[in-house]
Amino acid sequence: MVSAMNKCVLAQNGDQSIDEVVVESSNINTTIIPVQILDGDFLRRMPANSVADAVRYFSGVQLKDYGGVGGMKTINVRSMGSQHVGVFYDGVEMANAQNGVVDLGRFSLDNMQTISIYNGQKSSIFQSAKDFSSSSALYLETRIPEFGANDRYHHKFSLRTGSFDTFNPSFLFEFKLSDNISLGLSGDYLYTSGRYKFTYAVEGGSDTTQIRQNGDVHSFRLEAGLFGKFDNNRGKWNAKLYCYDSQRGYPGAAVRSMSLTNHERQWDTNLFFQGNIQEQFSNVYSLMFKTKISYDYLHYISDPDNTASTIYVNNEFKLYHQYCSLINLFEPCNWCNLSLSTDFQHDFLRSNLENFSNPHRYTLLNNVAVSFLWWQVKIQTNLLYTMVQEREGGKHRFSPSVTASYRPFEQIDFTLRAFYKNIFRMPTLNDLYYTYIGNVNLKPETTNQFNLGFVYGKDFYNGVLKNLQLTVDAYCNKVRNKIVAMPSGNQFRWTMLNYGRVDIIGVDAALASYWNFGPVGLNTNFTYTYQDARDVTDKNSMWYGGQIPYIPRHSFSAIAGIDWKSFCLNYSFIYTGERYESQANTADYYQQPWYTHDVSLRYSWLVAKHNFSVSLDVNNIFNQQYQIVRCYPMPGTNVSIKLNYSL
Amino acid sequence: MKRILLILSVIIFLTACRKPDQIVGTVVTNVTAPADMDGLNGFYLINEGMMGTYHASLDYFDFSTGNFHRNVYATNNKHIVTDKIGFGDVGNDVAQYGSKLYAVLNCSGFVEAMNVENAEHIAQIAIPNCRYLAFSGGYAYVSSFAGPISPFQSKDRLGYVAKIDTASFTVVDTCTVGLQPEQMLISANNKIYVANSGGYRGKFGQYDNTVSVIDINSFTQMYQINVGINPECILADGYGRIYVSSRGDNDYTSVASCIYVIDTQTDLVVDTIDIQCSDMDLVGDSLYVVGFYQDSFEKTSKVSYMIYNVRTQTIASDKFITDGTEAMISRPYGVRINPVSHQIYVTDAKDCKSPGMLFCYSPDGILQWYVRQTGEIPSRIAFVRF
Repeated sequence: MVSAMNKCVLAQNGDQSIDEVVVESSNINTTIIPVQILDGDFLRRMPANSVADAVRYFSGVQLKDYGGVGGMKTINVRSMGSQHVGVFYDGVEMANAQNGVVDLGRFSLDNMQTISIYNGQKSSIFQSAKDFSSSSALYLETRIPEFGANDRYHHKFSLRTGSFDTFNPSFLFEFKLSDNISLGLSGDYLYTSGRYKFTYAVEGGSDTTQIRQNGDVHSFRLEAGLFGKFDNNRGKWNAKLYCYDSQRGYPGAAVRSMSLTNHERQWDTNLFFQGNIQEQFSNVYSLMFKTKISYDYLHYISDPDNTASTIYVNNEFKLYHQYCSLINLFEPCNWCNLSLSTDFQHDFLRSNLENFSNPHRYTLLNNVAVSFLWWQVKIQTNLLYTMVQEREGGKHRFSPSVTASYRPFEQIDFTLRAFYKNIFRMPTLNDLYYTYIGNVNLKPETTNQFNLGFVYGKDFYNGVLKNLQLTVDAYCNKVRNKIVAMPSGNQFRWTMLNYGRVDIIGVDAALASYWNFGPVGLNTNFTYTYQDARDVTDKNSMWYGGQIPYIPRHSFSAIAGIDWKSFCLNYSFIYTGERYESQANTADYYQQPWYTHDVSLRYSWLVAKHNFSVSLDVNNIFNQQYQIVRCYPMPGTNVSIKLNYSL
Repeated sequence: MKRILLILSVIIFLTACRKPDQIVGTVVTNVTAPADMDGLNGFYLINEGMMGTYHASLDYFDFSTGNFHRNVYATNNKHIVTDKIGFGDVGNDVAQYGSKLYAVLNCSGFVEAMNVENAEHIAQIAIPNCRYLAFSGGYAYVSSFAGPISPFQSKDRLGYVAKIDTASFTVVDTCTVGLQPEQMLISANNKIYVANSGGYRGKFGQYDNTVSVIDINSFTQMYQINVGINPECILADGYGRIYVSSRGDNDYTSVASCIYVIDTQTDLVVDTIDIQCSDMDLVGDSLYVVGFYQDSFEKTSKVSYMIYNVRTQTIASDKFITDGTEAMISRPYGVRINPVSHQIYVTDAKDCKSPGMLFCYSPDGILQWYVRQTGEIPSRIAFVRF
């Protein structure tokens, strides 16, 4: 009972294995890197509309949110910058060579099974070289059909509606085509007007209440997946087709203005196919192959109604991406495993920008990873060799990492762990080639991470407290050659430079527990993050050593979930401490702490084999008026109701 | 469980206590001794602030006390500000006319009229994408990028000059000019010269390269004068000539910045001066020119501080800062000369994402005082008399 419930808990570490279980029988490959996981029922009961809302509860993570349903939402892990976070969708990276970030607001939670975030890299060695190639990694795993002995068919329909004129129906079908093959289909449509009231006020001054305009979103997602097993479950494969189409407006910065409202619009189409096949050929050798082909279309118009209030921009970008990876795993003995992986990637960006160079980028990654197990010590180490070739020239680099964990006492669930990782991010194609500001001479931006921490877990058999898990990690990161935009010598032009340097010292801590009061179950999870992220770019600057923009020193979150009969009540709280908009930590740039309370209540019932549930979410229940990014006000109290039916 | 409830109630209590934002008050710093400036009371310094951040601000320097008043607008206009700085988005120009102080808030799309003595709000005049100010005969002239679509093949949006009645604060007339008009100059012979930068086409290296000449009485464009690409600043000397800076295009087409000289009688280009120019000011016969550009290839910036003598038509000095203190200035952004004392003020925009600095030099180029912290991207200075 306890362990089953514990699976729902937002577990920070623990020996959670995700879906490599089939081939990774050896216990060498269990997790020794800091990881936080949200999965299963726990994920479903959270008052969250998108993946972005859910990842806010991870420690060490700052969400940058421009507000509303359609506002861009990206995450920054341990202050290294959003472009250092690799986002993997069902095991393959959602690469965006154009701007290097993925908008997490676009991923629905409807068909999401697991969200996990790893500092450094996922600590498995049977993975592609890409999995080793970012400073931290977010994995989004969608639902894989699972059937009992007699079912051949599942379906699920849901409808969410509420504030901001949101209308969000979704569906999911799962078919068992044969004993070894199943098919999953899912999709959703989302409309929101993005309208909400916000108040600007200063103490002793005036106040104004306005409505956010031009924040509407229409989006449509359709996914189809085939999942197969073969060779007596020694092999498995899957293939996925994904299609996302959207149109949205941007409400723009809320400033004192007599101009007309913002009119910016953007259209996106994202299509991809990805496949994965793996087999354990013997006890010693396994092989995996992954591939992906994607097409991303982005069309942006700054002023479609020709109001003349801003520069007229009408840009189209088409990003073509091809990727494949071959991974070999050797398990010659039970204390040492070895993997070799080779990835190849091609990106091609086209645009209607005048004088745009339509760049190609070829990337070859080779990785060797080894894991050892001696008594209670586990060590994983890898060396990644990256070659990037573009028309303007090539770059190549070796990036090492070492991870170790040690469990000193056999009887006590206490593990010490440490890792070092050196990695870099390539300048994005926009950084290099964007006609207005690009700079082809940019070098990669590098990060060095050192982490030391422990995990402690304990199960209790008497009393109301059933389980406790504590993790604490301290880290020191250094970001060098940080790519920043600087104005050039001309009133109309900015340029990208390898200018910044950042030193980060931080602590992430999380405490999860499960309590049982007779018929009432209670899950709690607290996280706390301390980050001292200093700008150390220019010793002569008056602001040398200032906390970098938008990184709070302190932040924490708390979640409590109560189960009683068919009711499920969830309460969550997020606190983000004071921040500054600039490395000049002065009153002009000061941003007050913000904290929101969200509550959700779910009731589910069963009629024959049909599951029904209804949930009510109330977010920001104290109607706090806050901003995460200055001039982008966030919504006050908002509600949503979701009806769910499944078989 | 009780403990959890206690923690929750403390959190809820805390929530109820969150205060609204505080106004960033005026900070007064003494930077120098009082000085008599022959009736000049002081100057306003407008800080552009990064676009989309609401960081534009207004500072004031008082000659009679030697005090620098950082951020005066919010404190003096508490009844209308809804934000901690509260001035607007991108403060592009500031100037005195009569008893009023005018400021152009580019991305807020209005011109703000204030009481010149204390920057108290009087009126707002809506002009989308407005840029610079000029005054004559009871009217304020404001350049704007938001004119009609060009009837020619390029279909670019032309700019215009708005004529504002300073008694009623209403736009009474407009005159279409070239692409993205910047600074204006009203000559003694009743013509308005407007520098058409074409900056929006700059990303293709296809700037405008003209100066529009407007007849002030009929308020129509008479013709355009061809100069170098991306013209921005305009000044007049005492010999019937005007100086137009062409900011060039170092990044793509390698066209160097220089200054064009136009005779206002014939409206012909009579000379070009090969000086890198980011901003300039003229007092007596001396044209002070600051040049700055960021070399994205070498990751370095190139800076120059020149004086050009408009009477002898020669470069009088290639270094108007003579004591080596230019090393303190990382990104010279604006230069203005005190019309009475001939002191030189240079603004430093730093990295454009943090507060800037202001430096004051004696006429012979010795640093006299400086302000360690102005607003973000300090740019234009308006000397005021009241």
